Amino acid sequence: MKAGNISYRIVKDKIFKYFIIVAAISSALPLLFILYYIVSNGISAISWGFFFELPKPPGEIGGGISNALIGTIILIVTSSAIAIPPAVLLGIYLSESRNSMVSNLVRNAVEVMQGIPSIVVGILVYAWVVEPSGSFSTLSGAIALAIMMLPIISKSTEETLRMIPHYILEASLALGVPYYKTILRVILPSGLSGILTGIIISISRIAGETAPLLFTAFGNPFINWDITEPSNSLPLLIFNYAGSPYKEWHALAWGASIVLIAIVLLLNIISKIISKKWEVKF
Amino acid sequence: MGSKVLKIDGLNVYYDQSHILKDINLSFAENTVTAIMGPSGCGKTTLIRTINRMHEFTHGARTEGSIKLYGKDLHQIDPILVRRKVGMVFQKPNPFPTMSIYDNVIAGYKLNGFKLSKIEKNSIVEGSLVKAALWDEVKDNLYKKGAFLSGGQQQRLCIARALAMNPEILLFDEPTSALDPIATDRIEQLINELKAGLTIVLVTHNIAQAARVSDYTAFLYLGELIEFGTTKKMFTTPKNKKTEEYLNGKFG
Ligand SMILES: Nc1ncnc2c1ncn2[C@@H]1O[C@H](COP(=O)(O)OP(=O)(O)OP(=O)(O)O)[C@@H](O)[C@H]1O
Ligand SMILES: [Mg+2]
Repeated sequence: MKAGNISYRIVKDKIFKYFIIVAAISSALPLLFILYYIVSNGISAISWGFFFELPKPPGEIGGGISNALIGTIILIVTSSAIAIPPAVLLGIYLSESRNSMVSNLVRNAVEVMQGIPSIVVGILVYAWVVEPSGSFSTLSGAIALAIMMLPIISKSTEETLRMIPHYILEASLALGVPYYKTILRVILPSGLSGILTGIIISISRIAGETAPLLFTAFGNPFINWDITEPSNSLPLLIFNYAGSPYKEWHALAWGASIVLIAIVLLLNIISKIISKKWEVKF
Repeated sequence: MGSKVLKIDGLNVYYDQSHILKDINLSFAENTVTAIMGPSGCGKTTLIRTINRMHEFTHGARTEGSIKLYGKDLHQIDPILVRRKVGMVFQKPNPFPTMSIYDNVIAGYKLNGFKLSKIEKNSIVEGSLVKAALWDEVKDNLYKKGAFLSGGQQQRLCIARALAMNPEILLFDEPTSALDPIATDRIEQLINELKAGLTIVLVTHNIAQAARVSDYTAFLYLGELIEFGTTKKMFTTPKNKKTEEYLNGKFG
């Protein structure tokens, strides 16, 4: 009776273990399928020229996505420049002023902002920037993306800085270091890895955004360096070409998808490395 | 002993509505160690935080009365300067986790943006670490992060960091309550050596520690200064009944 009971338990334990392993693998499967499908469809489009050439007209084989690649890079750099300073300041403010009326209001506003659908952000920026300025532009696209980055960065900054123990702050204040210098030179460096991770994650989120760019950056068949002019981006190119009736353009869209996924993956890996390497232990 | 470095007159401290310290009159003589004792919550930390004006960072904290540093009203002096003249060592060792041992020692200069030559820096770092009795243990690892040190070493690093600013007064808030007996002994020895160069105020829960290292003792109870005098006198013939009960371990 007793022995049977134990072997029954061992079997139950084993079944449960296999069940968990199977469940874990099967939840990773969709990702593998997605990667496989995209790579198998897009890899043929990718060549050296893919990164340096412009898209070719329908009917011609080959061509590249240089306009979209450069557009995406310029959009990311510009939107980061717009979003990072105020977002980090906001995060510092929220972490330092934990319980005032104003900070609670702002904190809730940031949360709501994070929930605004990206297409709505696109329309708003269209109304606020594109219409008054009279033209689509890279800048307006970057503003839309920056609006999406801001809550992500400020939230992660706030959370990172909140984790820094109060006694670190006090140690600096007690040395006669003024409050603002303490924030800049002690608190921020202690939270640097968390803040950088938040920034990178926000970039990887917006790198694939299409909706906010539809009525702002708009798209451009050529390489554009001028932020007052419209620009293409990887997701815009995928959106436009995948919806076209041309096979050659479908191939470009698949190739661009690989590049986009590779960028997002790379950003994720970088953020993991940063948060591991630069993590400050208290 | 020597002249009075710091004189507290009619000090009242409030946190919002609650009256925490009540009419405290107390002074600290140069080159002495004054122990501040009393049961938990009686206001010891509050008292020493008003001495380096750290209470100003606490929301709702308010003081009345006068505190004079060498005869000058503390509130007439720039708070930044006050905190350089009145150093503080905390209960939990708190070296800066992002900085090396070297940078931790000169953190007060670096963070304030004072420019020092390499030679000046080296001599401040070595001098402070020697005074804090840590030099021999860390001299080969000056560029490693301070967080790798043991708790007792970290606390001595924090003492070195405070000494580097050349303070007139050093406030210790239960500096050994997170340390083992050996590390505690080391800090006590150190306090004994340091008083030749400055004035020390030591908050402690440990009655034996107060007896070992202090020249004067102040006994606080429910925000009032019950008794203040030489440690010897207070420990042998306390004037107040409450003091006697506390020293005999009746409460605390
Ligand atoms: N920031 C604050 N806001 C409101 N009340 C406070 C604050 N800090 C301390 N107090 C109150 O002030 C009183 C004195 O606190 P304090 O920390 O000075 O006591 P203490 O003697 O240092 O105690 P311990 O021995 O436990 O460290 C306590 O009743 C405490 O609850
Ligand atoms: Mg205390």
